[in-house]
Amino acid sequence: MSGDEPLVAIRRLSKVYVRGDQVIPVLVDINLDVARGDYVALMGPSGSGKSTLLNLVAGIDKPTSGEIRVAGVDIARLSDADLAAWRAAHVGFVFQFYNLMPVLDAFANVELPLLLTSLSRRERRERVETALALVGLTDRIEHYPNELSGGQQQRVAIARALVTDPTLIVADEPTGDLDRTTGGEVLGLLDRLNRELGKTILMVTHDPKAAEKAHRLIHLEKGVLAD
Amino acid sequence: MGIPLSYVARNLAARRTTTALTAGGMALVVYVFATVLMLAAGLEQTLTATGSEENVVVIRRGSQTEIQSGIDRRQAAIVETLPGIATGTDGRRLVSKEPVVLINLPKRDTGKPSNVVIRGVTPEGYALRPQARIVDGRLPRPGTAEVIAGRSIAAGFRGASIGETVRFASRDWTVVGTFDAGRTAFDSEIWGDAEQMLQAFRRLGYSSVIFRLADGSRFDETRAAIESDPRLTLEAKRETRFYADQSEALSKFITYLGTAISVIFSIGAVIGAMITMYASVASRTGEIGTLRALGFSRAAILGAFLAEALMLGLVGGAVGLAAASTMQAISISTMNFQTFAELAFSFTLTPGIAAGAIAFALAMGFAGGFLPAARAARMKIVDALRAA
Repeated sequence: MSGDEPLVAIRRLSKVYVRGDQVIPVLVDINLDVARGDYVALMGPSGSGKSTLLNLVAGIDKPTSGEIRVAGVDIARLSDADLAAWRAAHVGFVFQFYNLMPVLDAFANVELPLLLTSLSRRERRERVETALALVGLTDRIEHYPNELSGGQQQRVAIARALVTDPTLIVADEPTGDLDRTTGGEVLGLLDRLNRELGKTILMVTHDPKAAEKAHRLIHLEKGVLAD
Repeated sequence: MGIPLSYVARNLAARRTTTALTAGGMALVVYVFATVLMLAAGLEQTLTATGSEENVVVIRRGSQTEIQSGIDRRQAAIVETLPGIATGTDGRRLVSKEPVVLINLPKRDTGKPSNVVIRGVTPEGYALRPQARIVDGRLPRPGTAEVIAGRSIAAGFRGASIGETVRFASRDWTVVGTFDAGRTAFDSEIWGDAEQMLQAFRRLGYSSVIFRLADGSRFDETRAAIESDPRLTLEAKRETRFYADQSEALSKFITYLGTAISVIFSIGAVIGAMITMYASVASRTGEIGTLRALGFSRAAILGAFLAEALMLGLVGGAVGLAAASTMQAISISTMNFQTFAELAFSFTLTPGIAAGAIAFALAMGFAGGFLPAARAARMKIVDALRAA
């Protein structure tokens, strides 16, 4: 892959859901490029297809037709097992409701994606400590999710997303469950990851304040890119 | 590396009431399973331990037990003179010609009659069974109506304690001693002078002839000599084999019955485990979606939920086995329907039974966990995340 090529290249992408006799088009003929190091916000009304687009780029859903190249790999053509391995190596996830494992402490939650790598226990520990330090939670390393505030849980989730040093971070409404102040802190953290670590971020949001932090704003309307 | 076991174990701990109830159901099944096998093993061990490898029991050909057997004095004399029989410290050949009879005695606690083995023993008979030691009183004097009772008989039957009298063969017999035969079948017998027993029971012949081989490895030669002699219609068995054969039918019956009952019970436990595991999958749909999104494969999800079900089985198995092991302190007495005589024995936990019980518990966990685990592994990531 050359340096000029976009990190994410989407061509003629369509997604259709079939419910009984009904065929529901969710994404229609999408073409989109995301450059390496970009910070893109996807906006649009509910049902516009923005989360579906994010899921397809993250490799947790498959398109009905079209091509999604991420770092040169057409992930639409990968098998289920290969796609799982690809996600483990290339994608960091930040969810609206944090999606931490309630029975694991902050350390173990952040360590989870590293269990899919060949890193030694010592190397994993170093990486987890670095990631938690980066989100300012070194002192909460042994705390369980129910012992953390919503903002702290989302910071743990961000640490989990970046601990594998992924190619792409996808965030689905990362501030949707947080108050304005805490949401602002989380957005500041994502901004730092983009500016200081050069992480490419693709974020779905309803919040215009959150979208303001992105370099690029993309609108979806009824499954079609609006601009 | 798959999903860490700590995640699996902590999920079980987080749902401790459900886990305890499900594991408790499995524990009950394992308890029944292990207890029944321990019962059969106890019976087997009691009878197997009764014999000595160097001793040979001769009975009438075709007889399964000493009670069914009959050896006339002429045949007994031929056996007595066989070469290869060991001699005692006094230079006498270690041969005991013994009448064995079943009598009826009332049980000490219920008063209900039950069959007890009466054995006529010679001085050589005591030497042949060094494991039988007098623990109270003394040996019967030859030529008298004195008997000694095995530990289980002394404790379990009226009139069988030292100083008491038991009535059989139209005579009163004074109990002058109690012997301990090391939890063997002899503990369930009453012994007296062989000649006195022959007269009292008006027997012309013996039930069995027991002797010790000078060289235990020459058993096959001795057996061939007895079984090929046209004057003898007898068969010879090593004493260990003879008593092991006595336990075969009852221990098989107990094992088959117990296993059948356990398998029927286990269906309930498996359904319980299945319900628990389905509930576990349903309550963690979002977690499954997240793990899959992070890159864990379907196989890893399947493995994690199966591990959870197996852990549930392991906990149930360990608890059930621990409860069953306490049964070793209990000694029971029942009718061995092969000999029709009362036999006391203890529940015996062997490494094989422990391993079998744990394997049974794991099998229940696997059977209960497989379908829910497969359901978890089949979930679509997007659907699972949406349910979070």
